[in-house]
Amino acid sequence: MIGSLYLPGRSPLHRLPAGLKAAALPVFGTVLFLVERIVPLAAALALVIALHALARVPPRLVLRQLRPAAGILLVLFLSQLWLADLSEATVLVLRFVVLILAAALVTLTTRSADLVAALERALRPLGMLGADPRKFGLAIALTLRFIPVLAVVAEEVREAQRARGRDRSILALAVPLIVRTLKLADEVAEAIDARGG
Amino acid sequence: MTTRDIVHIALFAALTAMLGIFPPLTIPVLAVPITAQSLGPMLAGGVLGAKRGTLSTLLFLVLVAVGLPLLSGGRGGIGVFAGPTAGFLVGWVFTALTVGFLTERFWSRLTFVLAFLFSVVGGILVLYLIGLNWVAMVAGIPLGRAFLASAAFIPGDVIKAGIAAAVIVTVRRAYPMIQPAAALGRR
Repeated sequence: MIGSLYLPGRSPLHRLPAGLKAAALPVFGTVLFLVERIVPLAAALALVIALHALARVPPRLVLRQLRPAAGILLVLFLSQLWLADLSEATVLVLRFVVLILAAALVTLTTRSADLVAALERALRPLGMLGADPRKFGLAIALTLRFIPVLAVVAEEVREAQRARGRDRSILALAVPLIVRTLKLADEVAEAIDARGG
Repeated sequence: MTTRDIVHIALFAALTAMLGIFPPLTIPVLAVPITAQSLGPMLAGGVLGAKRGTLSTLLFLVLVAVGLPLLSGGRGGIGVFAGPTAGFLVGWVFTALTVGFLTERFWSRLTFVLAFLFSVVGGILVLYLIGLNWVAMVAGIPLGRAFLASAAFIPGDVIKAGIAAAVIVTVRRAYPMIQPAAALGRR
């Protein structure tokens, strides 16, 4: 089924509570945005890299975390170099590199299920406002179940449209896919209600 | 909220995830990759309406944040919300809200042209407003420059708004999901 970005391990970072790690991240991020000098940011980078080593994250995996943002960071660096100077451009890019690596570290060392559970606990006070946190769990479970189902239905629709020579039109694929899955959704809802939620 | 609502919310979160699996198309002249994934929020809003569409997009982003690689290219985790362009992801929630709200309002007289207009407003105007201000704020660069850097993506987004509009009006005819009672435009 769907993989996760979690990297199994038993480091101290892996054992920290998921909620604590998730809550620490915005605090860390806010501090980073208040820092405007290179030396403390470089120290933060060294710290985050040391924590990656502690969690036994392979170096190539560390680099892979930065790849999606590399292009935009380069554009920002050049733009800032032009608008301001080298030190401001470095501060800007360094800050994002540290923040992205810190966030990636939380993702790599925390199971998705633990983060979901932490989020459900955090949402519990909303229960008093009439929202049901259990429905949140149901929605997550259903989404994960629907992704492979949709892939199967999409393939069936594609086969059917290919027979009519219409498999190149996105509309000919998307509309039957959505209508068929909406009908399926109604059946699923009836089945869940029939079983008493 | 009924079980049926929750199933629909989950369904469109899953659909958005699946749209990320399609390999990105590259517009030949501009060499900008466009993914089908940003169709997801427009479709969620336009097919399910504002409330369910918004919750569906929010649910999708929560699943990405907790570490599932559901964004196009297999990206995921909290890290994607740490980058300078995170506003373009968070903005999806408001895309679904805007497209859903407008679609509900004009449900009884929805045409392709209206649906296209709503998709452009929600999927481009609102999205870029949030995404560009986010970049400008966290990176401290002028708004105009941020706009120029992202303008190459607009043609692809216009094409996607057209696709979304065609799907929204066709599904409305085949399997309407928004109750006429919920359409506030006419009683």
